[in-house]
Amino acid sequence: MAKRKAYSQLCKAIEAGHFVFTGELEPKKILDLSEIIHSAKEMKKTKRIVAANVTDGPQGDAYMSSLVPSYKVQEDAGIEAVWQVTVRDRNRVALFGDVISGAILGLKNILTLTGDHTALGDHKKARAVYDIDSTQFCEMLSIMIDEGTDYEGNELKGGKIEMNFGCVANPNSNPREPEILKVGRKIDRGVDFIQTQTAFDIDDAKDFLKDLEQYNVPVLLGLFPLKSHGIAWYFDNYIPGVSVPKDLLKALKKAEKDNKGNKPGKYAAIDKINIEFFKPFIAEIKKTTKAAGIHCMAVEYERLFAPLLGEYPEYVNYSM
Amino acid sequence: MIITQLKDINEIYEMVKSYNKILIAGCDGCCQPPRSINEAKVLGQLLELKARTEGKELKWKAITVLRQCDDRIAATTVRPYIDDYEAIVSLACGLGVVMLNKVLPSKLTFPAQDSMFGGVQNSGENNFIEYCEECGDCIIGETGGLCPRAGCAKHLSNGPCGGMVDGMCEVGGYTIPCAWVRIWTRLKEFNRLDLFKKYRSPRDFRTSTSPGFLVINKEYTNEEEKEEVEN
Repeated sequence: MAKRKAYSQLCKAIEAGHFVFTGELEPKKILDLSEIIHSAKEMKKTKRIVAANVTDGPQGDAYMSSLVPSYKVQEDAGIEAVWQVTVRDRNRVALFGDVISGAILGLKNILTLTGDHTALGDHKKARAVYDIDSTQFCEMLSIMIDEGTDYEGNELKGGKIEMNFGCVANPNSNPREPEILKVGRKIDRGVDFIQTQTAFDIDDAKDFLKDLEQYNVPVLLGLFPLKSHGIAWYFDNYIPGVSVPKDLLKALKKAEKDNKGNKPGKYAAIDKINIEFFKPFIAEIKKTTKAAGIHCMAVEYERLFAPLLGEYPEYVNYSM
Repeated sequence: MIITQLKDINEIYEMVKSYNKILIAGCDGCCQPPRSINEAKVLGQLLELKARTEGKELKWKAITVLRQCDDRIAATTVRPYIDDYEAIVSLACGLGVVMLNKVLPSKLTFPAQDSMFGGVQNSGENNFIEYCEECGDCIIGETGGLCPRAGCAKHLSNGPCGGMVDGMCEVGGYTIPCAWVRIWTRLKEFNRLDLFKKYRSPRDFRTSTSPGFLVINKEYTNEEEKEEVEN
């Protein structure tokens, strides 16, 4: 498949050879966007984060839909959104409608996901939709972008939508071969970029990136800086396939214990642990792999961006 | 076979408590675990006991039917009894309950069971598993004889998803094998990963829209009628 035009800042930056960083924002069960906008503004300030992912009901929980926060992040914080859309809650009709709405609101990136099953979330009795799967969603987006029609070939008045879209890949997948082959199916459906689930094992991550090289699609490796021992523990126990290194868990626990009652001290100690772990990790990935960048899932942990990413060149706005 | 689960006795009692005489009909057909005459008798005793605790006397009779989903068998077996009873409780799957309501419309038939799925018993193990969801669009020729629609919690046509960990599924707390890893393992064994790599388009859900309805193709069932058409 011919390479698609870069419509988004993210894809333009990748095309220009910039080693890109994306951040992550998590709209939750709340009637207020101020925290999300604040986080997005902090990301923008770093001048290193090209775009911010906006999650769509992670862990199957009933949260604010990702469409409006994605739009507001772009409007109010001035940082491009990577609008995450799962196929868990909407059938092909609703997905098509949402994508047009997103295009009208000026969203330029979609990240396609299957979505954690409702059985894992806070509405366990809900019917999970999965009318189409994430690979089929990729095909639907390709048709909307390249042909300017719906899935059935009916004309979309106004023409083609101008968006880029990505898919996810899981470096923690075991066995790995079916995961790699599945990503291949998605690539064949016209994916513009890949963002991966979080990796903690550098050798494993490098192997995984090597496996993905055959597809010749930019990959942003997912990293998850650990804001607290609690979050690290939760991640270790509840996120499918992710295990946080035991040393890291221990160090975070010790940092919190040693600095009880001393918030600045605790923050400094935790930041130090993260910087010592992730800074060489990122440098190594940049130096030794063909990764196009890092998807840095430091949710509500923006203070880490400056010390972690400060040495990388500033990102400049690419003309639309 | 159709896998069923007995409803809670309180729920069944709630359905029939306004009646004084009920007929309980077991089914000797494909419902599993078996719900035949013995199970019908046990249900009668339980309902009678339950009624007593509520200070009521409930009369019941247990019978069984060869197959409740067969209209002729169901009607001829149950009809002789119905005049003496006010309502029927069926121990068949949902098909049997609907059929009794249809062929014996003068009485209401209530379900004593929840019909779960079409499945098989794991031999040697005390469990049942869904292998086919009767979707009307069979693709197991491409998936090593394993169905990803019945076998995958997300019914994916192009799996596995990110919820697979060490070959197990996120739904069910990583106790159930990922259908797509099983498919990959089987196709790899036969050197048929070409089938695994294949992209499968979105399903045509018209094949499984309720109510399912299919006209039997006369061509295959009745030679005489075929001749008539030719003439």
